[in-house]
Parts: sequence; structure tokens; C-alpha cells
Amino acid sequence: MSPAPAPRTLFDKLWDAHVVVPESDSAPAVLYIDLHLIHEVTSPQAFTELRARGIAPRRPDRTKATMDHSTPTLPRDADGRLPYSSAAAEKQVQTLEANCAQYGIELFDMGSDNRGIVHVIAPEQGFTQPGMTIVCGDSHTSTHGAFGALAFGIGTSEVGHVLATQCLLQRKPRTMSITVEGPLAPGVGAKDVALHIIGTIGVNGGTGHVLEFRGSTIEAMDMEQRMTLCNMSIEAGARAGMVAPDQVTFDYMAATPRGPKGADFDAAVAYWKTLRSDDGAHFDAQVAIDASDIRPTLTWGTHPGTAIAIDAPIPAAHDAAARKGLAYMGFDAGHPVAGARVDVVFVGSCTNGRLRDMRDVARVLAGRKVADGVRMLVVPGSEIVKRQAEAEGIDAIVRAAGAQWREPGCSMCIAMNGDLVAPGELAVSTSNRNFEGRQGPGSRTVLASPLSAAWSAVQGRVADVREFFAATPQKEVA
Amino acid sequence: MTTLSPPLSQNPAIQARTVQISSRSVVLRSTNIDTDQIIPARFLSTTERAGLGRFAFNDWRWISEGVPNPEFAFNRPENAGRQILLAGRNFGCGSSREHAPWALTDLGLKAVVSSEIADIFRGNSLKNGLLPVVLDEADVQTLMQRPDDELTIDVAARELRTPDGRIYTFPLDGFSQTCLLEGVDQLGYLLARAPDIARYEATHAR
Ligand code: SF4
Repeated sequence: MSPAPAPRTLFDKLWDAHVVVPESDSAPAVLYIDLHLIHEVTSPQAFTELRARGIAPRRPDRTKATMDHSTPTLPRDADGRLPYSSAAAEKQVQTLEANCAQYGIELFDMGSDNRGIVHVIAPEQGFTQPGMTIVCGDSHTSTHGAFGALAFGIGTSEVGHVLATQCLLQRKPRTMSITVEGPLAPGVGAKDVALHIIGTIGVNGGTGHVLEFRGSTIEAMDMEQRMTLCNMSIEAGARAGMVAPDQVTFDYMAATPRGPKGADFDAAVAYWKTLRSDDGAHFDAQVAIDASDIRPTLTWGTHPGTAIAIDAPIPAAHDAAARKGLAYMGFDAGHPVAGARVDVVFVGSCTNGRLRDMRDVARVLAGRKVADGVRMLVVPGSEIVKRQAEAEGIDAIVRAAGAQWREPGCSMCIAMNGDLVAPGELAVSTSNRNFEGRQGPGSRTVLASPLSAAWSAVQGRVADVREFFAATPQKEVA
Repeated sequence: MTTLSPPLSQNPAIQARTVQISSRSVVLRSTNIDTDQIIPARFLSTTERAGLGRFAFNDWRWISEGVPNPEFAFNRPENAGRQILLAGRNFGCGSSREHAPWALTDLGLKAVVSSEIADIFRGNSLKNGLLPVVLDEADVQTLMQRPDDELTIDVAARELRTPDGRIYTFPLDGFSQTCLLEGVDQLGYLLARAPDIARYEATHAR
């Protein structure tokens, strides 16, 4: 009898299944990529390079393209023109169109009913599937790990590698399990869990690792929450984050338009059920989090590792970086962030631009007004999210509250399309990065959940959404 | 040095071999310098890769339009032409934009020395002829005391040497080392694996 195979982690299984040439001392592994997502900002130079070398994409059928970063979120003007913020932005979009047309790559363009942020539409369509390797020239590719896929961001040279060979050279990363146990309190969601984890392990706590999120808190999350969580893995420095697929995943996949169907679906599920870490599998690092410790969480500084609970005092600055962050934000150590006057509220991005996030915002805004002096943008992550939200009347609630309901795109998350926070303004944002100037030169960003963002918009100050839940009958709280 | 089979093809973007870097240094003490600081997102609306150096550290370099910040390291005349950046811990975190190493090499930098360099940035740098050198924090702090020393970084020996004879070794995998020494890149290596890739596709990924 042969000895039992050594227990493997979910990551080990995905890695092993995609090795084309194993790693050696002299060279990294050649890893096969099942799905390559491209967008207008990080792909043009890769196509240029390929052309210069006389190479055509190997598997255009495994490549899907969308436009999201540079695209306007205001509707077409009276002449049907899109209000691009610059000629350069428009040229990026046109360049992507031309590249996709030349090589037969499926593109979700500005006229598509299914366009949106790359990390929102690929799961929506069912392109993202458990067991896949997925890459994109965008660090938040970690989002797709929510399906039990190995998904990570790559640079433009690597975009070229994948276009040319459908493969990447990779050294095997280490693994870290993050176990979260217990129910979440009302007003606490996946974004708070993500920020709490980053605040706990640090902005580089995951460096060199692939995270696997486990435990009862994660199992109780729907796919949208799991995507929010995996999306933020990169903000802890991790290479990727993942959740083992389960019935929640399979049910989501069954409802996608482009996922496997019929007998293919049944065969896929049989395989997907094997995609979990075996009992006794070795992780290089392990972190345990008690869900009851997690309160609404936000950031005080200029990187996501500065996450603290809404009612916790900002810690004393112990180094130059912390002092610089505090000075930039204009906050004082020893006081909570709550209470700071808010200028802008942004709800959207691949972190929190899905239907659940829109519903959270509508729940808070219904029958209320955005405070005077606060500019609030609600930007659905895709055309589908927008349509579904509008079918539920969410756009009307948002507009009635005095907030703006926009067209899908990255918008203020990266502020490349003209949607900017002005210098010195304080934004509460559901996006993923609070770096200096990320939302525009001189912009100051507090990262928070959609619930916290919406409640802060109503209050006109950074506010604790538990106040809203305390004042709202429980039956309203899904 | 490792010999690779199949051989690598020349990368037109790198052009030159990186064997040895000798230069004084520019010091940026801040920790967690993210890619939004290295090149802010609003300068990514380009379909080119050349000429991005003028946007490097844009928001730190300029007080306002056309008014340089005289305090900022890269604006100080004595730092002109220096090829080595000594940076605080966790340099290059944040987005995967390859524009960051493109901007730094366009500034004339050849190496970044820090006690921690973010994963994606590190990989992107190596693909563009920018050498990431990771040393102990204490050693980086020591080097930061003396930015006017002419440092020598020897890729073949994986060593950083100071004029007073101190030698610091740094990690560099054999594959990346070969790429730097020969001025070649990974794409040629991958292309030469086409038969393996075709075999894999036939069994796993139709
Ligand atoms: S929403 Fe933000 S983080 Fe997500 S893909 Fe767009 S720019 Fe990147």
C-alpha cells in the first residue's frame, strides 16, 4: 500500500494543478494561467512590446477585456459623446479597442450592457471560477480568490508574457491561514473584517504569502462579502487571498451567464468540492481572529495598515512615518477619527461597488439627506450592478438623499477619470487605498465600509454606524 | 552564475547588461513609500513607457505647478545623476503599476536599497533593469548616514560594497541575476517553453 499523500493546502492544490515546468534552483516555475483579464491602463505597452517582437496572443479565448480606470462616470453628452477627462484617457480606451479588435479578444466596451470594473464583471459573468489561475495587470486581482481561485496582480511586462505564452514565471509563495470565528455584530461587515485584519497583521504582514481566509465568519459570508475581503488581501502585502469554494460559491456560479452549464457544471462542482485545505495541511503562518472583537473599522493614516475601530483613539505616533501620516491627515493621536468633518463620501470600487454595497447605502440613506456641504458619489461597479440597483429603486433613494448616482467605473478610487477629491478635502471612501493623493492631489482619505460611509454622509462627520442600527428597528437589519 | 537552457532572448527595453553599479546615493527615509507616491495615478493615462521620469515622486517634488520643493531629495543639485536610491522600509507597496519602475529608471536610477521591497514592485523592477537590494534595516540606516559615499553594487557577487571596505551581501535569485548580467528577459525563456505549454494545454486546459 502506498503511503497516504501529504495533506495539502488549497493553495498547494491550485499551484500543483497549474505547474507546466516545475521550479528549480536556476529558474522559477512556469505556471499556466487559465484566465487573463486586461484593461486600458496596463495593457497598451504590453501589446506594443509584442508587436515589436512579432508575437500574437496565444489564447485570445482565455483573455477578457474591459475599460474602467480612465472612463467617465458621467453620461454621454447631448451629442452622444463620452466626457473623457483628457485626450490621453480617450486614447487609452481607443488603443484597447484597437488591440482587442486586431487579436479577437472579447471586449466589454463603453457600449456593452455588461461593462464594468474588471474585478466586478469577471465574477458576474462567470469567467471567474473555482480552481482557476487568474491574473490581471491590477493588484486587486486578489478579489477573484473569493471563489477559491489563485488570483493575483501582475505588471505590464507580465501582461505581455501571459498574452504571448498564457504562462508566467513564478516562485512559489508561502501560505498564511487567517481564521475568523464567530458572528459579526450589526453594522460590521466584510470591509470591517478586512481592515481589522490589516490593522492586526500590518500593511506588510502578508508579504510573500498567499492568505487563506477560513472559519465560521467567512463561511457565513456571501460571495460579495468574500470578494470584498479577498480584494483587500493585497493591502496587507499578500500576493493573493482566497476562500475555499462551498455551496455558497456553487450557487453563485450556477446563476452566472457564462459559467459552466448542465453536465459541465456537475463535473465542475465535483472538482470544486476537492478544493479545500486538507486536515493537517501545513501553513507557513497562522492568524486567529475573534469576530466579536471587530467593530466598524476605518483608517486614520495614509496606508491601509492604519486601521482602527471607529471608537478607538488614534495611537500615538511612534515613528516618522506615523507622524507624517497624522500631519497629512490633520488628525491628533489620542482621539478617535469619529467626529472629523467630512467633505466627500465615495461609495464604489472593486472593493465595495457591488449590489450588496448599494443596498447597504440605500438602507442608510432611505428617507434621510446627505448633510450640507458633503458631496457624495455612489458609483456602481458594473452596468449589471447599476441595472439591478435601479430595478430596486436604489438610484432614486440615492438621488433623493442629495447624492450623485453615476455610471460604472473605478472613479474616485484611483481618480484617473476626473472624479477627484480636492486638495485638503476629507473623503470617507469605500475603496481600498488611502495613500497620499490617491483620490487626487492633496486628498485625504478615510477608508470605511459602505454602511459607515453612508452614515457619515448623513451626519456630515465621520460617524459610527452602530448609532444607525441602535435607532433602527431590528427587522430592517437583514 | 546560472546557465539557462533554453537561452534567453534580448529584451529591447533593457538593452544594457547590469553587471556593476557604482554611484553615490539619494536618500528617502520615509517608510511605506507606495507606488502612488512614486508615480501618481493621474500620470498613468499614457500608452507609452518612455519619459515617465518627469512624473516620478511628482507630488513631493513640486510645491505647486512649476515650483520645485527645494527640500526634496531628487531636487537637490548634489543628487543629480545618482543611480542608487536608499529608501525606508517597505518601498514600492501599493498598486502593480509597472509605471513605477519605468519612472525610476527614467530618472536614471539603477538600484533601490531598502530593508523591505514590496513583492510586485520587486518583480517589476527586475524586469526593467532596476535592481532591488534588500539589506537589514540597521545596515540601510548606516548607509543612509553617508549618502556621499560611492557605493558599488556587484550583481555577480550579490554584494554591495562601501569605500571603507564594508561588504553587504543581498539576496538575488539565480534567474534574475542571469537576466541582469546578460541584459535579457523572461519572455524569451517562456517562448522557448512552447512545447511544454502545448503539452500542458492538451491535457489540462483545452
Ligand atoms: S476600483 Fe480601484 S482598485 Fe479596483 S480596479 Fe479600479 S482603480 Fe483598481
